[in-house]
Amino acid sequence: MKVEQISIFIENKSGRLAEVTRVLGEAGVNIRALSLADTSDFGILRLIVDKTDTAKDVLKSKGFTVNKTEVVAVEVPDRPLGLNSILQVLDEARINVEYMYAFVERCGENAVIIFRFDDTEGAIRVLTEKGVKVLVGERVYCM
Amino acid sequence: MRIWDPDRECMGRDQLTALQFEQLRTTLERAYRNVPCYQKKFLDAGVSAKDLRQLSDLARFPFTTKEDLRLNYPYGMFAVPLREVVRIHSSSGTTGKPTVVGYTRNDLNNWTELVARMMTAAGVTADDIVHIAFGYGLFTGAFGLHYGAERIGASVIPISSGNTEKQIMIMQDYQSSALVCTPSYALTIADHLDRMGLGADSLKLRVGLFGAEPWSEEMRREIEARLGILATDNFGLSEVMGPGVAGECEYKCGMHIFEDHFIPEIIDPATCEVLPPGSVGELVLTTLTKEAFPMIRYRTRDITRLHYDTCRCGRTMARMEKTRGRSDDMLIVKGVNVFPTQIEEVLFQVEGCEPHYQLVLDREGHMDTLEVQVEVNETIFFDEMKKQREFVGMVEKRLAATLGLRAKVKLVEPASIPRHEGKAKRVIDRRKP
Repeated sequence: MKVEQISIFIENKSGRLAEVTRVLGEAGVNIRALSLADTSDFGILRLIVDKTDTAKDVLKSKGFTVNKTEVVAVEVPDRPLGLNSILQVLDEARINVEYMYAFVERCGENAVIIFRFDDTEGAIRVLTEKGVKVLVGERVYCM
Repeated sequence: MRIWDPDRECMGRDQLTALQFEQLRTTLERAYRNVPCYQKKFLDAGVSAKDLRQLSDLARFPFTTKEDLRLNYPYGMFAVPLREVVRIHSSSGTTGKPTVVGYTRNDLNNWTELVARMMTAAGVTADDIVHIAFGYGLFTGAFGLHYGAERIGASVIPISSGNTEKQIMIMQDYQSSALVCTPSYALTIADHLDRMGLGADSLKLRVGLFGAEPWSEEMRREIEARLGILATDNFGLSEVMGPGVAGECEYKCGMHIFEDHFIPEIIDPATCEVLPPGSVGELVLTTLTKEAFPMIRYRTRDITRLHYDTCRCGRTMARMEKTRGRSDDMLIVKGVNVFPTQIEEVLFQVEGCEPHYQLVLDREGHMDTLEVQVEVNETIFFDEMKKQREFVGMVEKRLAATLGLRAKVKLVEPASIPRHEGKAKRVIDRRKP
């Protein structure tokens, strides 16, 4: 039920983001979702790609610092309070969201949100119990 | 042009040499008798005070280094029992253990006299109101100038450092006429005046005595123009005494070294040979009158040149040029001594933080900045921004605790710091000298 995500350290200087996407593109890796957290000095680029290990290897070989993290992909009803209903469940279970970002689905009626929790297993359990649709990695990589 | 102690400051070279010889012999004897470290050094070098037949024989005696002081921390270099010591100062302790120095009552009196000489040379008189914006504390700067100014009969405002706006208010209200601080702080004051929409004419300052960090002639011109004062340079180091080892007169042509209390030598830092007069090299100082903490051939690591011709002011003592650098890798950042190896030690204690780092020194406004760039790797890269920030904050905190100075830590991409063959070039200094 978990999704693999890679995060890349990017120094805040021009061209670095383009370099990452170029390296991935040339290796035939397709980006499914991304989020960029930044400070004035550096950024953390988080990616969900169709070929996680390939992406990690090619980026490392180009000198990037890359980590692999497990995140959770949740299908959220695409309507007012859709996201809120899920956050309520997590809050009641006292599970903390470290960060989250949205995943744009090409079609369909639901939105997909990527979450990083302090307690990944617990979050998956609670969400599943409450009938929230948690997506498996394989499905996410080829959306 | 006033001279505080004309009998001494304008004495002929022959008379000075005779005085130095006599005092040097006594100093060597006392050091040998009372300080085990000197005794061992002299025995190892096979010399004794009796080998001093003329002043140039000083070159046969061994050097003293900061390492000696560290090994003998805290009181091992004292030549008198502690009950005769009436004041203890210390260096900032940036290389691990601080350097502890002591003064007997006579030492304090001499120190005060020398600072009075130096301040008089800069033009300070009993009519001045002296604004001392050095931090009071273990550091010798503030106390040295404080007592010297009082000896002259000036009115002293011991304001210490910080809170520039308040300093300006006090300068205006109390009519401070002489400013004592680091040259970079003088420019910070000028910046604040600008920001407050005030001109130099809103103050009564007329002279500044600046020290504790290297500064250029360009910086002097800027200070003089912006604060409307005469800006003078002075030199001292706590190991030898503190401020008052040397200071400029109003002709600003080098700092007069008070040679009746200190013998200066210039050596080649590589071969340790004494160089002929007029050469550029490392300054070595020997104290002639200090009782509690005599220093025999102390290697200051400061690179300079001495001039022996008589100054237009009439003082006969040697003048040293502004220091042009260091013979070791010490950096002076905001007046604090910093060794790159200290930073390295801190980084090495943090897992994942070695071995590629670089120090970038720059100037923001007129204050020095120190940035420590560390190459990121998987051990110190976190997926969560909060953790990444905490990591940077932790390293910054450890650096501040060791250096006594705030340094900014910047994570950079792997392999972005240039590699050098052999010795790494760890320091990029973008500050104008």
